[in-house]
Amino acid sequence: MNPLALEFMRLALLSAVLVGLVAPAVGVFLVQRRLALMGDGIGHVALTGVALGFLLGTAPVLTAVVVAAVGAVVLELVRQAGRTSGDVALALMFYGGIAGGVLLIGLAPGGTNANLLSYLFGSLTAVSPGDVVVISTLSVGVLLALGVFGRQLFAVCHDEEHARVMGLPVRALNLLLAVMAALTVTVAMRVVGLLLVSALMVVPVATAQQLVRGFRATVVVALCAGVLAAVSGVLGSYYVDTAPGALIVVLALALFGVAAAVGAVVRRRPRGASAAALPAGLAAR
Amino acid sequence: MSPVVALRGASVAYDGQPAVEDVDLVVDRGEVVAVLGANGSGKSTVVRAVVGLLPLVTGSLELFGTPRAHFREWTRLGYVPQRAGATTGVPATVREVVATGRLARTGLRRSGPADRRAVQAAIEAVGLADRARDSVGTLSGGQQQRVLIARALTCEPDLLVLDEPTAGVDLVSQSALATTLDGLVRRGTTVVLVAHELGPLHHLITRALTMADGRVLHDGPPPALDHLHVHDPEHAHPVHEVRDTTSPAWGLR
Ligand SMILES: Nc1ncnc2c1ncn2[C@@H]1O[C@H](COP(=O)(O)OP(=O)(O)OP(=O)(O)O)[C@@H](O)[C@H]1O
Ligand SMILES: [Mg+2]
Repeated sequence: MNPLALEFMRLALLSAVLVGLVAPAVGVFLVQRRLALMGDGIGHVALTGVALGFLLGTAPVLTAVVVAAVGAVVLELVRQAGRTSGDVALALMFYGGIAGGVLLIGLAPGGTNANLLSYLFGSLTAVSPGDVVVISTLSVGVLLALGVFGRQLFAVCHDEEHARVMGLPVRALNLLLAVMAALTVTVAMRVVGLLLVSALMVVPVATAQQLVRGFRATVVVALCAGVLAAVSGVLGSYYVDTAPGALIVVLALALFGVAAAVGAVVRRRPRGASAAALPAGLAAR
Repeated sequence: MSPVVALRGASVAYDGQPAVEDVDLVVDRGEVVAVLGANGSGKSTVVRAVVGLLPLVTGSLELFGTPRAHFREWTRLGYVPQRAGATTGVPATVREVVATGRLARTGLRRSGPADRRAVQAAIEAVGLADRARDSVGTLSGGQQQRVLIARALTCEPDLLVLDEPTAGVDLVSQSALATTLDGLVRRGTTVVLVAHELGPLHHLITRALTMADGRVLHDGPPPALDHLHVHDPEHAHPVHEVRDTTSPAWGLR
């Protein structure tokens, strides 16, 4: 049967396109700032938000947006205060988010950890028309903000001190990035799942780095890789009946593998000297 | 006319530990002031305070006659930090990095032809035109230093603050930097630069501030050449002779 004939598949595919665009577009700045795992930290905190939604009887997507944004802003403020290193602050988010989520879902009437499962790994049938409205609004908002502030964000992520000397509003831009990361996580939550959101923010960027050497070029290639992985993952999970998030991430990783192989061959040919030029080890930290 | 930089009685501390104390640095328009001193003597701390990256514990700072707290004319200020651009997680091309220096001028508006020309001119001024599309991470340390110099030049500042612009830069490129600065100074740019050895920059310097242990030891005419330089006499005035033998690219057009 043609999957496009099904209402829930059309909604899931639309969400996939948006997620495939937004996640790498925001992720590239996190990777540039060497905060590749920030999406993961926010994802864990968003789980608390989802559970809070169940507890309060409101739409989990909305509570997740709010809690994730608050968590991201707190992380950024902690980082700016400079007393706690970024990775320790992230670790605190991981633990607090998961523990808070499981705790709150236990308190919710009739709530079990099974309620959280579709949020953790994504689900094709989970995307309701209401979700799509939220997802579309947030995606367009994030993409517009990137269009307006993208060059400023690049300057801040590249060299924060120099950006400050130029008079850029560095604190505000960092907070904007944190909030956009939180919105991205909640946008991607229904399709990819909270545990795998961050992969779609990081892996396409790593893929692009295997092939190109500028920031702008990295963004373009990463968006293509992101959309390709998200759309084919959603379609594929319809046929093989699996959680879409897992398949999307496996496909994204496969793209990375192909790009790494192609990149290695291409780089070896023209100028041997530049073979070690493109850094690859980014997600590891 | 008010001085370009007026740092008076300045003390700066890191985590409550004073790093420099009671420093006066007053620079008039068109001056080229060198800040000299041993490692850890407080040179970077002083210039970082001048560009507003470090708060003053005591003392005052005015830029172009405006108290630092009210200063908003960011395009008039160019800064080259000491470390050659620490690499970031995503590679960026020379042109992309240099173009960020233009943001002080463009703000949120799209960059136009004039902005692109300024970026190109700055890249040519540091002799990196043939590397403009390469990733900064693939350049040598000295070349990366030149990228940061170009980034500061793109917004066509009236005050250029350079923290060890010649560290790790070969003599040919130092001479080229001297030529570039010479052209800027002729057009009225004021320069404050940190250096260990003045080398080819020596003839540009109008005044030298020597620091020791966080205090100003000496403020006056630059020390005589033979005190500064360990190279053989052939290199005492290398600017002109070296320039002839180099590629014409690195130098102001
Ligand atoms: N980020 C920092 N945190 C704490 N102390 C610092 C920091 N930066 C510098 N200091 C201290 O301030 C003093 C002056 O350092 P500064 O960097 O200004 O020296 P410098 O003259 O620029 O040296 P160099 O020639 O090595 O660049 C040193 O004693 C140093 O230990
Ligand atoms: Mg220094």
